[in-house]
Amino acid sequence: MSTDTNDPQVSEDELAESRVASEDELAESRVAEERRTTEGPVYTVTGGDWDSVLGAVTDDHDERIVINMGPQHPSTHGVLRLVLELEGETVTQARSVIGYLHTGIEKNCEYRTWTQGVTFVTRCDYLSPLFTETAYCLGVEKLLGITAPRRATLGRVLLMEINRVASHLVALATGGMELGALTAMTAGFREREVALHLLEYLTGLRMNHAYIRPGGLAQDFPEDYRDHVMYFVNWMDKYLPDYDKLLTGQPIWRQRMEGVGYLPVDGCLALGATGPILRSAGLPWDMRKTEPYCLYDEFEFEVPTATEADCFARYRLRVAEMHESLKIIRQCLDKLEPGPVMVADKKVAWPAQLSLGSDGLGNSLEHVRKIMGQSMESLIHHFKLVTEGFKVPAGQVYTAVESPRGELGAHLVSDGGTRPMRVHLREPSFINLQTMPAMSEGGMIADVIAAVASIDPVMGGCDR
Amino acid sequence: MTEESTPEPGHEQSSAERPSDELVAEEPGDLQGDRPGLPLIAGHERAGMFGVHDSGDTSGFGGLRLPAYAPAPAERPYGGWFDDFADDLGASLADRGIPGNAIRQVTVDRGEMTLYVHRDRILELCRTLRDSEGLRFELLSSVSGVDYGEQVRERLHVVYHLLSMTYRRRIRLEVSVSVEDPHLPSVVEVYPTADWQERETWDMYGVIFDGHPALTRILMPDDWDGHPQRKDYPLGGIAVEYKGAEIPPPDQRRAYS
Repeated sequence: MSTDTNDPQVSEDELAESRVASEDELAESRVAEERRTTEGPVYTVTGGDWDSVLGAVTDDHDERIVINMGPQHPSTHGVLRLVLELEGETVTQARSVIGYLHTGIEKNCEYRTWTQGVTFVTRCDYLSPLFTETAYCLGVEKLLGITAPRRATLGRVLLMEINRVASHLVALATGGMELGALTAMTAGFREREVALHLLEYLTGLRMNHAYIRPGGLAQDFPEDYRDHVMYFVNWMDKYLPDYDKLLTGQPIWRQRMEGVGYLPVDGCLALGATGPILRSAGLPWDMRKTEPYCLYDEFEFEVPTATEADCFARYRLRVAEMHESLKIIRQCLDKLEPGPVMVADKKVAWPAQLSLGSDGLGNSLEHVRKIMGQSMESLIHHFKLVTEGFKVPAGQVYTAVESPRGELGAHLVSDGGTRPMRVHLREPSFINLQTMPAMSEGGMIADVIAAVASIDPVMGGCDR
Repeated sequence: MTEESTPEPGHEQSSAERPSDELVAEEPGDLQGDRPGLPLIAGHERAGMFGVHDSGDTSGFGGLRLPAYAPAPAERPYGGWFDDFADDLGASLADRGIPGNAIRQVTVDRGEMTLYVHRDRILELCRTLRDSEGLRFELLSSVSGVDYGEQVRERLHVVYHLLSMTYRRRIRLEVSVSVEDPHLPSVVEVYPTADWQERETWDMYGVIFDGHPALTRILMPDDWDGHPQRKDYPLGGIAVEYKGAEIPPPDQRRAYS
């Protein structure tokens, strides 16, 4: 192909002609495609072609415009589709359409063992997978009537708080990008990269870890994990204050967010909003404090709240929560002591002795040698536990944790078999997204973007 | 093999199916309030261990039978704050003229309280739980469906998780309906957050919430047929072939009950 441009037979004139032609084509493509329907004319706008739509609207301007935004749009926070009814630039009605990322995780869980379920639920909310894993595993443990060892529980807290920082960084980064603050995005993703490197070092994967298992953790942390955690904490200590310098006092940032996306506390409760949205309205409801789980009552930290109930308050809370998370991470390192990371019951503990081989992580050669060569019983048990899983006594439980987005609950039903009867995740992204119309109707179209960014829905969790 | 040495079906060392006379799920209608003494069935009974039906059972577990799980009704005192709550609830129901049989059964299991509610009373009960001074369940955490399988008559259950932030209490309400008549009142007018959650339950289980402002599909496409999370809806997995042998999709693999 590269020889074509050097072809001596193509003259300068021909090249110029073709350039003109392509510019004409471009101008033509700037006319939005129009078709007539019973509901009125419908335009397919692809960018740079707004004039044709606006021209049509000025002809008979008392007609409302309904704008479809998404599901593939850089400002809708993932595959979220917004249907906005506009009067000029004012939004008179807003509705969100979801389901574009529905993957049937809850249904799939019913066909796998309880341990395999972790691998599914971790894929729901891909920005805070360790919270979903914890909520699910706490539920399975409650059904079984077991408690994870102390080191495993503290390890979960450590992982969750690192994950909370990473998730809030993405909330700032993508929210900033949607409002045009591109430096917020580059800075946020830079810090998140450090967090994900740390999570990769601790769990083996950047996301979709499946590291927290019913009964404890899949394996212990690497030996020098403290150094790596402290590297991350020091990094955050150095760069987190920059967010205040970059954004908090910045006039454009404030004007885009202050007084925008207002939702008072009664609205939050009626619509079920939890997490930063509820705390920005003044209610200090954080389940780490109000209904402590995972030994959170042993930690010292604050629950930041605000009373403005707007997007800017939610932004400030997220930054403040990152500082609190770093405090918890430090305390976690002090509390972590050597010990088991999995319950002693060999039926619940996945019967693997993982070690790093030449071809990656897998069952240790020693263990394989033992189960294959020495003990037929070991082989049978290994096989049966891996293929069948363990039985969970019949009943149902609801366990909830405070995820970066709010109350993340797992409703698990067992019929006494080796597979769940039902796994339901109460995803804060799903519930909180219902507040979008209340936050943005009556405001400007640009404020819808700010409101959605402040809700911080993760569509993987929302649609499951 | 002589006649005497062949074990009776269901007896020791027999792999044949045991005649199932007493341990099957309760008769149809057992979830109706008119037969209050009978347990609420939540689950299907199981036979054998490997779900083998069409060939001879060589596992030795063919004679195993487990009855369907029925949550045990709790008796006073329930323990903890459950008794205070039950007293307050009883008083509030009496104030509002709601008959006590609106609640069909109370179960306390694993530190969680479940109220099995008559379906016509769910809206009034939610209003009482939200508004009464001593109850104050401000937040409806979660609404979801559970399908207990084809063997159970009222197999579709709708589960409500309520949270009282004032008293820091959580309770669970459960309503059961049948596939033939999957109607129950919507609680959106009391808890607006139920809007999307009821739509999801309709989408996934086909439960119809009467009085919902716009009960449409939410996760599946609008023109989808069927309700994917019902137990009789296939998972739709793909069989995998490896070295000539075929691994069936997950919903067709044998289950170890």
